Amino acid sequence: MGGATGVGEACREAPGPTNGTLLLQDGDVQRHLYLQEVLMQVADAPEKPRVPAFACQVAGCCQVFDALDDYEHHYHTLHGNVCSFCKRAFPSGHLLDAHILEWHDSLFQILSERQDMYQCLVEGCTEKFKTSRDRKEHMVRMHLYPADFRFDKPKKSRSPASTEVPGDSGERSEGEAMEICSEPVVASPAPAGERRTYSHRIPSTICFGQGAARGFKSNKKKTK
Amino acid sequence: MWSRRQGRLRPTVCGVEELRRRRREQEAALRKARREQQLVSKRLLREDAPEEAGEGCVAAILGEAEMQQFLRQAQRGTEEKEREGALLSLRRGLQHPETQQTFIQLEGSMRTLVGLLTSNQALLQLEAARCLHELSHSEQSTIAEACLPATSYLLTYLSGHSSDFIELCLYTLGNLIVESEAVRRQLLPQGIVPALAACIQSPHVAVLEALGYALSQLLQAKEAPEKIIPPASASSSILASTLPQHMLQMLQPGPKLNPGVAVEFAWCLHYIICSQVSNPLLIGHGALSTLGLLLLDLAGAVQRTEDAGLELLACPVLRCLSNLLTEAAVETVGGQMQLRDERVVAALFILLQFFFQKQPSLLPEGLWLLNNLTANSPSFCTSLLSLDLIEPLLQLLPVSNVVSVMVLTVLCNVAEKGPAYCQRLWPGSLLPALLHTLAFSDTEVVGQSLELLHLLFLYQPEV
Repeated sequence: MGGATGVGEACREAPGPTNGTLLLQDGDVQRHLYLQEVLMQVADAPEKPRVPAFACQVAGCCQVFDALDDYEHHYHTLHGNVCSFCKRAFPSGHLLDAHILEWHDSLFQILSERQDMYQCLVEGCTEKFKTSRDRKEHMVRMHLYPADFRFDKPKKSRSPASTEVPGDSGERSEGEAMEICSEPVVASPAPAGERRTYSHRIPSTICFGQGAARGFKSNKKKTK
Repeated sequence: MWSRRQGRLRPTVCGVEELRRRRREQEAALRKARREQQLVSKRLLREDAPEEAGEGCVAAILGEAEMQQFLRQAQRGTEEKEREGALLSLRRGLQHPETQQTFIQLEGSMRTLVGLLTSNQALLQLEAARCLHELSHSEQSTIAEACLPATSYLLTYLSGHSSDFIELCLYTLGNLIVESEAVRRQLLPQGIVPALAACIQSPHVAVLEALGYALSQLLQAKEAPEKIIPPASASSSILASTLPQHMLQMLQPGPKLNPGVAVEFAWCLHYIICSQVSNPLLIGHGALSTLGLLLLDLAGAVQRTEDAGLELLACPVLRCLSNLLTEAAVETVGGQMQLRDERVVAALFILLQFFFQKQPSLLPEGLWLLNNLTANSPSFCTSLLSLDLIEPLLQLLPVSNVVSVMVLTVLCNVAEKGPAYCQRLWPGSLLPALLHTLAFSDTEVVGQSLELLHLLFLYQPEV
């Protein structure tokens, strides 16, 4: 190699912790100091700002809050992506859309007899399946999802196991459901017109207080 | 715009000396870890600040019975506040490694926690997520692997709307990712890359910073160059997703640039570029011009403020530019550089000055870029000369042997461009400086000085 040494020498840094060169040691050290030193807080403010207690404004919801961050999370979790037919809450618009399509759209049912309509629920996967069972198998096998994934309940026509008093006991029994999660997943909403019954295997159903909307009437659009 | 987020490390009762000592210890530990190629760091979000001086451990270690009780209460308590309180106690206990071990060995504990994580009680969900976050901070890969049942839900929640919750999930995922390959082997088919690509469109700065962190951990994985980065790995591929374009957007200077976010994505970009998988692709996305503009912006910021945090961003930007410049693709898109040579060189020198004053150990990062700029480009060498930057460069010689070698290499790069360049190098303090370096005890320095002298005499025999 004629001419000067070091000409065009590119010192590429290997990724990750396997940095060999002493040359760029301090850059890495500073980076990691930064990562380790920053003791951040979950809320933005040093202390959650407390406000006078207020209740959630959504009809039928009896939760009370004294901090806005708590309310924000509550709202997004329980009222953000809510099915206007059966009042189930979902963590994202994507899952809500899939739910409405598969549970409440009769055209979907018809079409699904002829073509693969059950879309894989994993973001980015475009596979479709004939039945929800096939889809679940795909998600378990290809995507390593748990077999009892909470947001993929198959729609069955079995009525729920027992009548639950709405409110806290719904949550309590949902906790119990966890202990027997090796059983096959069973869930279904009460069909239209029947009295309110809550299966304790549907964790994403909202438990209303006494003033819940009755029946199937969707008298409220998705509030936002 | 460049105000750095202050670390919330509260000094408590320790004095400044104590803090300095701790920092030196930390630095030494990090250097050792880097030498042993064990450099792993995680982020920890914690709501409660350490009350006492010293360790900062607020809660006691939990025993098995206590833990079972808390879990039972959280799961089946009648009062919401009671359930939340139980989880909070659990979370505090989980700050201890011993409690973490107890937890993962307790049968059904993770299943219960996941149940609470996916419950319809928003605040229980949040508290359960915080418990998981504490677990994710463990340095034992067995504990990270114990969290595997929760990952599909953490990913699902990334497409929600509650920004605090998403931020927490992202930091947890980032911590788990860096700890265990088994976790990554599960997260990739579970769709972490598409989930991140969707999440990066969030308007929340805190979410973006957390995302950058998680992504940077993913990109540092040893299997990243084969399995995660390349476009061919289909749905788990970073380069095939929209992530690179978004990353570059986050690095564009302007009123929307957030330093905390930019730092994370600059490091992400650095790891991608290091993998050398498809740098022409990045150049095609405009990486060079974005980074070049960012460099100029950084130099401007450095001149305006006393902010000490800027080197955190400068460092990865310099590395990215240095590496990209070595790509053959640069020649073909050279015209797209869109930067006049002089401005980049001037900006670089401003940064070198900044390093010289604040953090001399970072000088090699800047000099490396200068080396790569001058190596193959006569025009950058001309800029160096016409901007009278040789003198400032020579002033860096005494800093350290490493820096000396690099300075001399840059000078060699200039000298080997030909007689006209050598002619302009001679005047000034070059000769005295060279004579001085020849007396150094370090062989590399001496070697490089001789090389430079050789070039100078080659082109300027009359001297």
